[in-house]
Amino acid sequence: MWLVFIEKREGKIKKSSLETLAETSRRAEELDLEVAAVVVGSSFENLTPLWVQGAKKTYWLKGEDLEVYSPEIYAQVLYELIQQIKPEAVFFAGTALGRDLAPRLAAKLRVALVSDCTRIIISNGSLLFVRPVYAGKALLTLKLKTKPFLATLRPNVFPLKEIKDENIAPGEIIEKTIGLNYNGPVAKVVEIVREEGAELDVTEAEVIISGGRGMKAAENFNLLRELSTLIPRSAIGASRAAVDSGWIGHQHQVGQTGKTVCPNLYLAFGISGSIQHLAGMSGSKVIVAVNKDPEAPIFKVADLGVVGDLFQIIPPLKEELRKALAE
Amino acid sequence: MNLLVFVKRVPDTESKIRIAPDGQGIVEEGLNFIISPYDEYAVEEALRLREAKGGKVTVVCVGKEEALLILRKCLAMGADEALLIKDSAPESFEGLRVAAAIASLVKQRFPNFDLLLFGKQSFGADNAQVPAMVAELLGIPQVNVVVKLIIEGRNGVAYREIEGALEKVVFSLPAVISAQKGLNEPRYETLKGIMAAKKKEIPIIPIDELGISEDFLTPKMEIIKLEMPPTKKAGRIIQLPPEEAAKEIVRFLREEAKII
Ligand SMILES: Cc1cc2nc3c(=O)[nH]c(=O)nc-3n(C[C@H](O)[C@H](O)[C@H](O)COP(=O)(O)OP(=O)(O)OC[C@H]3O[C@@H](n4cnc5c(N)ncnc54)[C@H](O)[C@@H]3O)c2cc1C
Ligand SMILES: Nc1ncnc2c1ncn2[C@@H]1O[C@H](COP(=O)(O)O)[C@@H](O)[C@H]1O
Repeated sequence: MWLVFIEKREGKIKKSSLETLAETSRRAEELDLEVAAVVVGSSFENLTPLWVQGAKKTYWLKGEDLEVYSPEIYAQVLYELIQQIKPEAVFFAGTALGRDLAPRLAAKLRVALVSDCTRIIISNGSLLFVRPVYAGKALLTLKLKTKPFLATLRPNVFPLKEIKDENIAPGEIIEKTIGLNYNGPVAKVVEIVREEGAELDVTEAEVIISGGRGMKAAENFNLLRELSTLIPRSAIGASRAAVDSGWIGHQHQVGQTGKTVCPNLYLAFGISGSIQHLAGMSGSKVIVAVNKDPEAPIFKVADLGVVGDLFQIIPPLKEELRKALAE
Repeated sequence: MNLLVFVKRVPDTESKIRIAPDGQGIVEEGLNFIISPYDEYAVEEALRLREAKGGKVTVVCVGKEEALLILRKCLAMGADEALLIKDSAPESFEGLRVAAAIASLVKQRFPNFDLLLFGKQSFGADNAQVPAMVAELLGIPQVNVVVKLIIEGRNGVAYREIEGALEKVVFSLPAVISAQKGLNEPRYETLKGIMAAKKKEIPIIPIDELGISEDFLTPKMEIIKLEMPPTKKAGRIIQLPPEEAAKEIVRFLREEAKII
């Protein structure tokens, strides 16, 4: 059996966790293995998406102090569950939480962990993991020698299963009350501080509208925000040059020292395409770049490169998009 | 405060990576090596804490002797001491080996530490594993991807980046912190610092003298291959009047990319 850790945010299951479940259940089928989900905490509104994405059963770990995430406690309760049910592999979405929790658990189990996996291959009955290294400049294929296998899967890479809820038989729910026998010191989340406007994070967006030094000033990012309001599930990205100029917060930065993203569409305005920027976004499914310099390196990775002045192109683009999306 | 910072020697992020003929690693020859970018934020934060509260900053690297260079740079930035855990093993993309070395060192030589500072992720392995693993092996709390840190007495408050928000986290010392960009602006070395750093001795401890148990040291991953990512086929480049360019973008998104 394979186990997938399911993360929630404000009671709702995270899409990246569902992607992880979908992909691992596709691969597990090839090996005739079952996939189970594990949820922690008391408030899960609806578990149907888990059955839809391929879980046959769900372990539900309940207990005081489990409602709010703490890496120390979550690692401990997962460790105890793993000791009981002995899964062959445990997967996490490579989110902020997954990448915080999985290494702690790996150290408890004394096993290796694959970070940020972008492909799982089954070859002669054994499991191979593929992941980008050197900020995407190289691809590593590896095999694990310790069990259970542990991996985090990069968000936005793996497709969800498109099956209607009605066609799915609910799986089994196995409740476990885990007595907290962890009494070490913990880091406690006391507050979630939202950014102004609570925009979607670039790592979760399906479309990223990104601006670089060519945007020239902080207020010009409003042009990108206006485009963003037209496109569902879109977020604003930025190059380091734009962030370092103080035009936009660093949480928007894409690249080597920013975030690694792989949206369906990456729209780059006034970004030259430095190697460090490409490191963060070259995995995007479709790239469209607008730059006035026909020699800009970003054009080497763009599916559509538009040579021109972004300030002249954005207004008519807004109109065209509005028309197209209204239809 | 007794502050320990962990820095890794990595290829300059500008460099072009070449894969070694055996497909097990990269060709190091001709590459320029630097301190992994996030680690500089960790060094800077430690220096600021020492300046505010007194104490000592020790910088540690696990790696080859060539890493003495980056340790010297940390001394030139203002660190009090540096130490190399000598490990000649090639990049293995595994976190546990380095984490075990660090945990053993801390237990043996720095039992009275207050804070361990890391970068959130090292360039190359891009793992984001070592800090949480060390925290687990030492049984202390962790806060990763930190953009703001406040220490008052034996308590800390850290803001850590999550999707679209920050988590405010409280913890007690000793603890593990990993630094994200935004935490601070790292300083440059000063000439005086560089001169002083030249005179300092950097002790070297071979990794097998740390008493690390064998099950941590045996490789847990088998590298099947390291390769260049598939190159994308070149796209189309257009140069049209703005209105037409805008129309073409939308047509492309609709008809070819099928995104809208
Ligand atoms: C260790 C390290 C880490 C780094 N990490 C990152 C990172 O995470 N992310 C990142 O982005 N960078 C990173 N960088 C910086 C990187 O090297 C580049 O400096 C940066 O990406 C440049 O940003 P830019 O493309 O916006 O600016 P520039 O390179 O200055 O490009 C601006 C572009 O805008 C175009 N332009 C100007 N005006 C217009 C207009 N009116 N219309 C259309 N186009 C216009 C220009 O032709 C030009 O191509 C890092 C660097 C180092 C050394
Ligand atoms: N070989 C090493 N020597 C010292 N510190 C390291 C080493 N490898 C990783 N670290 C620390 O752990 C952080 C995360 O690294 P990683 O888990 O490899 O992404 C780095 O930013 C460093 O602070």
